[in-house]
Amino acid sequence: MADPVLRLSGIRKSYQSGDSELEVLHGIDLTLQRGEFAALIGPSGSGKSTLLNLIGLLDRPSGGHLFIDGDETSTLPEGEITRLGGQRIGFVFQHHLLIPAFTALENVMMPLLVDRGRPDAAMRERAAALLAGVGLADRANHPASKLSGGQQQRVAIARALAMRPALVLADEPTGNLDTHTADDIFALLREVNQREGTSFLIVTHDPRLAARCDRIVELVDGSIVSDRPHAETPG
Amino acid sequence: MHPWLPFEWIAATRFLREGRTQSLLIIGGVGAGVAGIAFMSALLSGLQANLVKRTLSSQAHLVILPAEEVARPQRDPAQALVQIQAQRLRSIDQWQALRGRLEKLPEVAAVSPVASGPAFAVRGDANKSITLIGIEPEHYTRVIELDQKIVAGALRVRAGEAVIGTELARDLGATLGDKLRISTASGAGDTLTITGLFDLGNKTANGRNVYVGLRTAQSLLDLVGGVSSIDRAVHDMYGAEALAQRIAAETGLVADSWIKTNAQFFTALTSQRVSSNVIRFFVALSAAFGIASVLVVSVVQRAREIGILRAMGATRGQLLRTFLLQGGIVGLLGSLLGSLLASLFLALWRTLAVNADGTPMFMIEVPGSLVLIAAGGATLVGVLAALMPARRAAALDPVVAIRG
Repeated sequence: MADPVLRLSGIRKSYQSGDSELEVLHGIDLTLQRGEFAALIGPSGSGKSTLLNLIGLLDRPSGGHLFIDGDETSTLPEGEITRLGGQRIGFVFQHHLLIPAFTALENVMMPLLVDRGRPDAAMRERAAALLAGVGLADRANHPASKLSGGQQQRVAIARALAMRPALVLADEPTGNLDTHTADDIFALLREVNQREGTSFLIVTHDPRLAARCDRIVELVDGSIVSDRPHAETPG
Repeated sequence: MHPWLPFEWIAATRFLREGRTQSLLIIGGVGAGVAGIAFMSALLSGLQANLVKRTLSSQAHLVILPAEEVARPQRDPAQALVQIQAQRLRSIDQWQALRGRLEKLPEVAAVSPVASGPAFAVRGDANKSITLIGIEPEHYTRVIELDQKIVAGALRVRAGEAVIGTELARDLGATLGDKLRISTASGAGDTLTITGLFDLGNKTANGRNVYVGLRTAQSLLDLVGGVSSIDRAVHDMYGAEALAQRIAAETGLVADSWIKTNAQFFTALTSQRVSSNVIRFFVALSAAFGIASVLVVSVVQRAREIGILRAMGATRGQLLRTFLLQGGIVGLLGSLLGSLLASLFLALWRTLAVNADGTPMFMIEVPGSLVLIAAGGATLVGVLAALMPARRAAALDPVVAIRG
């Protein structure tokens, strides 16, 4: 069997606060298989965002091992980590976070551009196809700042898929959207999951959305307190 | 998004274009600084060239004189009482051979033998002391452009002819075609016809110098076949002093450069250059601070975007280069704007600073090389100014930056 997309073993994270050390994650073990569509839930301050940043390689754990596609990451140097994160992991943030100086199409191209260094026709085609996939083909040349919230989040999803990542991390992807738009976005994530076989780990506060995932991981006070498959059949 | 541009260029130009107001303001600020420097440099170099030209209009770059006569005591010099010897007018030894050697030096543009000494000009009751200068006009005009300074008549100094200054002509009440009696201390004398009047732009020279043929001067000054000095023009006038010292060491003669004979004037030129460099430095410094402050603000404003780019896999190096480029682009555009402004100012200046007859007071222009130096310098200053903000951008922690 292929390596799991993600494997965490005994991951700890602590912050220095004054003289004392504050541990926010206490030995997390978690494995995500290819094509899994999982929700990460838990109250505010339980360490969800910290865990997501560690998995996204934006931050480094204080202890434990983190494997992406079977590759141990804790021994990699800084520059390698950045590249690996950019290539294998897609991000969808709560606040859309597009770069306003660029058009929708260029925002989708951005991970490819920083990876390869120069734009080319293939990149442009890939980005255009991804935008069409999220239903925004006609908005390709709009400046990112001129799009509505739902449209911006669709662009962000297309951008997260640009590098064909094995895993997409989404931090409250529907948190800033109205219910109707939130449903659309969630459906879009699900569709990508099923069409491309991309794994998703979605942080959400919304039990309604969590209930539509295959698996629900619950984090409380820096430890996983429950990890259960959800009954609802995919699709 | 141009296909041939790398990521850093695309991001740098987009960021500058997005923060249009800030970018235009700082480019304008750099432009004003560059315009000031370029205008001042052009003005100063024009002014200096003009001053040097005026100073050298009646002086050779380099003059070679016979070695001074020194009394040598025959006994122990410490005990001998040596009277300083009077320097009589003498010829340079074997000056024809020396002239041949000097003409072969690559630094030398022209060589002219001169026989000069003190004399009196007498006309009617008027009597003026003068410097009699015997020249070969075809050679002399290449050292000093005397032919350009003739205001009446011609530069013609055959036997029995003389060219005098406008001031002397006024003092003696003489004009073209009039006769003039020249006599020297040795008692020799000759009556000469005035064939030309010159204006060297220097009152003393206009009142003292009387140019005659070399042979006329030789016979009047009792220097038959000899010359009292060899005047020379060199290609690099600021290298004249070094050359003078070399020639003096080689020949044992006295070699005076214009730099030495105008020491005070030359010191003034040098200190002017130094002070203009100080001004340039401070203007460049203030432009650098301006660029740095705009970029620091930009880094703070774009912290979140920088964080996103890092999350997309952009390396610290890529972000560092993006911000360095912004500094360089601002510097380059500012310098181009500044060169344009300086050219406009100078065009305006040329219409304002004119002599009574409408000719420009002196020529100043912004040379192409100055534009290139300004562009290169300002780009470099921009990149250096961007160093601190760029490092800040590169060091941003993506987690903190994204959270905002």
